[in-house]
Amino acid sequence: MSTAATNLPASPDANPPQRPPMDFNTSHARWNDRLRNGVNYLISGAAILATVIVIIPLIAILVYLLYKGASSLNVDFFTKIPAPVGEPGGGMANSIVGSGIILALSSAMGIPIGIAAGVYLAEYGRGRFLGNAVRFTADVLNGVPSIVMGIAIYALIVMQQKHFSAFAGGVALAIMMIPTITRTTEEMLATVPHSIREAALGLGVPRWRTTLSVALRTASPGIITGCMLAFARVAGETAPLLFTALGNQFWSVSLNQPIAALPLQIYLYAESPYDEWHRLAWAGALVLIVMIMVSVTLVRIFANRGALKGGN
Amino acid sequence: MGVGILVEHLNAWYGTTHTLQDINLHIPANHATALIGPSGCGKSTFVRCLNRMHETNPIARATGTVKMGDLDIYKDVSPVEIRRRVGMVFQRPNPFPTMSIYDNVVSGLKLNGYRNRKVLDETCERSLKAAALWDEVKDDLKKKSGASLSGGQQQRMCIARAIAVDPEVLLMDEPASALDPVSTSKIEDLIFHLKAQYTIVIVTHNMQQAARVAENTGFFLNGKMVEFDSTHKIFTNPSDKRTEDYITGRFG
Repeated sequence: MSTAATNLPASPDANPPQRPPMDFNTSHARWNDRLRNGVNYLISGAAILATVIVIIPLIAILVYLLYKGASSLNVDFFTKIPAPVGEPGGGMANSIVGSGIILALSSAMGIPIGIAAGVYLAEYGRGRFLGNAVRFTADVLNGVPSIVMGIAIYALIVMQQKHFSAFAGGVALAIMMIPTITRTTEEMLATVPHSIREAALGLGVPRWRTTLSVALRTASPGIITGCMLAFARVAGETAPLLFTALGNQFWSVSLNQPIAALPLQIYLYAESPYDEWHRLAWAGALVLIVMIMVSVTLVRIFANRGALKGGN
Repeated sequence: MGVGILVEHLNAWYGTTHTLQDINLHIPANHATALIGPSGCGKSTFVRCLNRMHETNPIARATGTVKMGDLDIYKDVSPVEIRRRVGMVFQRPNPFPTMSIYDNVVSGLKLNGYRNRKVLDETCERSLKAAALWDEVKDDLKKKSGASLSGGQQQRMCIARAIAVDPEVLLMDEPASALDPVSTSKIEDLIFHLKAQYTIVIVTHNMQQAARVAENTGFFLNGKMVEFDSTHKIFTNPSDKRTEDYITGRFG
C-alpha cells in the first residue's frame, strides 16, 4: 500500500512530516466510490435526456409538416401566385419572394442598428445614464408582444402614408430584431479579454479601430449567432405584418405596396374553409421552416469559411 | 535607433491610490533597463506611464514629465502617436485570436491603414527573424491562427508584433513570467540583441534575469523608486538597506 513513494529521492528535510497512509480499500471507501460513479451516471443521463427532449419538438414538427405538406409541393407552388377561390392549383411564389424582400429589408435595417447599439453598450455606455437607458429599453422591447409592434408601426408609418407597404412590414420586423442583436452583441463583446484590446491600443491603434477590427472581429461568431436567432424569430412572425405589409394575392415587389409574405399566406389559408387551401398552408409552413434552416446554415458555413487552424 | 527617456516628478494614481510617488529617472538610449521590486510596488504602472497606456483606465491619472529625447510625451503628442513609437510586450502573450500569424505580426501596420503587400511581407519576415521565430512558423504564416502557437512562441510573436511598427522604445512587462525556462532564455537572448536597435525597459520578478540582460536596474518599493544604478552595483553593493534586503531575499 505504501509503495508509491519509494522511487522518489530522499527528502532533504531530516524529519519530513508524516501523513497517515491513505487506505482506499475500506468498505466505506468502496461505497463512496460507487456513490460517486452513480451520481456521475445520473447527471450524464439527465443531460442526455434533456437534449433529446429539446430535439423532439423540432423533429416532430418537421416530420408532421413533411407528412401534411410535402404532397402539395410541386413546381406550381414555387412559380405561380395564389389561384382565385374555387379554382384549383396556384402557388405561393409571390409570398416566397415577398418574405425574402421583407426579411432582407428588416435585416438591412435591424442588424447594423442592433450591432451599433450593442457596441455602444459594451464599449462606451458602461455605467452611463444613456447606456443604462438603452439596455433597459432593449430588454423591455424584447418583451413587447409582436401584435403590439404591428399596431405601433401601423400608427407610425401606415397611418401617415395612408397605405400598407412592404417597407412598413420591414420596419416592424427590424424593430423586433434589434433588442436581441443589441444584447447579444453587448454580451459577446464583454467576453473579449481586455488584454486583446490592450494589445491593439499598445500598437498605437486608435480606439475606434480597436473596437471595430479587433473587439468586434473577435466576438463575431457569437454576434452572428445572435443575428441568426433574431432573423429566424422574425421570419415566422405573422402578427406584426398583419397591419403593415398586409399581404397581397398578386405579384408585387414594390416597397410602397402591400406585399405577400409566407406567414400571412399560411394564416389566410389555414383560416379558410377549403381543404385545398389547408393543404397549401401546410406546404407553405414546410417551405418557411426549410427556408429558415437553409439560410441559417448558409450563414454559418459562410462565416466559418475564413476560419484559421487552431483559432478560437 | 533607440532614444533615451527622462522622467521627472512622475506621479500616478488609480482612483485615490497614489501608485507612483515622485519618480525621477533617466533611462539611457540603446540600453536595457530592468525594474525590480515586490508585487504591487508600481513597476507595471511606471512602464504603462511611458506609453500612456496608464490613462486607458478610466479611474487612472498621472502628472509629471516624461521626455523621449526632446519630445514631452504628455504635452507634445497624442497617446495614439506615442504608442506607435513606444512598443509594449505584456506579461501574458496576447495574440489576436482571429488573425493568422502573419496578420498578428503586421497588425500594427494593417490596423493603421498600411496596405502595401510588399512592405507588409518584408516587415513580417524581418520582425519574425528579429524575434527568433521565423524558422518555426514560416510555413504556417497565413494558415494558422496566432493563438495556435505555444505560449513561448506566442510571446515571441508578440515581440515581433511590437517591433514590426519600428518603435524607438520597447517596454516589456514581465515578458517571461508565464513561460518555461527554455522560452525564457530565448527571450533573454532576444533582449540582448534588440538592445542594438531599441531602448528596452523590462519589468521582472526574476533577479537573475535582471542581472543577465540589463545594464541598469531600478528598485521600486511602495510606489517609490528606492535606488537606480548600474546592475552590477545594485546586485553587489547597493547603497540602500532596503534594496539589499530585497535582493538578499530578506523580504518580498
